[in-house]
Amino acid sequence: MLELLQRIFRRDSYKTSKDVAHERLRLVLMHDRLDLSPKVMEELRADLMNVIKEYMVIDEKTMEINLEKDQQCVALVANIPVIRMKRLPNS
Amino acid sequence: MGEVFVITSGKGGVGKTTTTANIGTSLAMLGYRVVLVDADIGLRNLDVVMGLENRIVYDLVDVAHGRCRLRQALIRDRRFETLYLLPAAQTKDKNAISPEQMKALCEEIKKECDYLLVDCPAGIEQGFRNAVAGADRAIVVTTPEVAAVRDADRIIGLLEASEIRNPLLILNRIRPKMVRTGDMLDVDDVIEHLAIELLGIVPDDESIIVSTNRGEPAVLNSHSKAGEAYRNISRRIAGEEVPFMNLENGGGFMDRVRRLLGLRTS
Ligand SMILES: Nc1ncnc2c1ncn2[C@@H]1O[C@H](COP(=O)(O)OP(=O)(O)OP(=O)(O)O)[C@@H](O)[C@H]1O
Ligand SMILES: [Mg+2]
Repeated sequence: MLELLQRIFRRDSYKTSKDVAHERLRLVLMHDRLDLSPKVMEELRADLMNVIKEYMVIDEKTMEINLEKDQQCVALVANIPVIRMKRLPNS
Repeated sequence: MGEVFVITSGKGGVGKTTTTANIGTSLAMLGYRVVLVDADIGLRNLDVVMGLENRIVYDLVDVAHGRCRLRQALIRDRRFETLYLLPAAQTKDKNAISPEQMKALCEEIKKECDYLLVDCPAGIEQGFRNAVAGADRAIVVTTPEVAAVRDADRIIGLLEASEIRNPLLILNRIRPKMVRTGDMLDVDDVIEHLAIELLGIVPDDESIIVSTNRGEPAVLNSHSKAGEAYRNISRRIAGEEVPFMNLENGGGFMDRVRRLLGLRTS
């Protein structure tokens, strides 16, 4: 009964089970879709490298990229050792 | 040349077989030549839902292995003479048929019908690969639950990998009352997550159980809400523009109270 009353006078903070399901689904799908194939990861790595190489000389062998995930969010973390900066025309 | 649709879901028990039987029957009611293929090998179901279980002599695997001709295995529906069923085998051997054989079979059948519907087994293994092998298009069935939508997402990814583009979505077992009280994901939520085109919404409906008991698909019952939803879906498949059904009938008492108070009714 209390639940019923709460629902009738629903406040913004009250989360319906549908709201909860919606949020859980968002996270679970994000994690599922993160499961990129090694081939896609390799493509991403190659693309990133090509962009960065325009600006600096990097150590391609030790560069690392990873998708890191925890309960709430996902981050693309890259560790790219820079060997030398290029002399760019307008600097 | 007909079009081959695979009806798939990932998760089990969400309504693939019910959907195949109802869309197939309804397309035949519209006058199209339809063949239903039960690809759920080892767990034959579609024959029972169609009420044709007593007429099976040969099955899909018999045809694929050349033990009989296609014509001998096709069972004609009791009600519509343009509707046929190719039943699944009840063998335990999961590899009884290969994707190549399935593809060849679909090619052969589609020459002589307008729509070929393949009822896919649950899961993402061999049975799934067989069922999609000959498909031109896919219909993904899901229910408004986290696990079912998640599996549908997996399946959509796998369909893309099999070069079956632009799958269509059927959201099955919607309960309008629960959607209204905020206790069920609604169609907009599901579409937002899956980002695919909506083909139809089917309500959770007791008439589905009654019709399965009788072996008479719900589309034959003019009073069935689910039957109406499936008839609309079939007309959409046939290219007609049919507005989505309004599943709200009147609105419950509490709903009206909330609306009076100017509160969100979702
Ligand atoms: N809209 C609906 N309303 C009520 N009951 C339904 C509805 N759709 C399906 N059902 C019931 O749900 C159960 C599972 O349906 P069905 O056999 O069609 O699912 P399926 O996806 O083919 O299952 P499987 O993965 O085992 O092949 C059946 O008992 C069926 O009657
Ligand atoms: Mg089934």
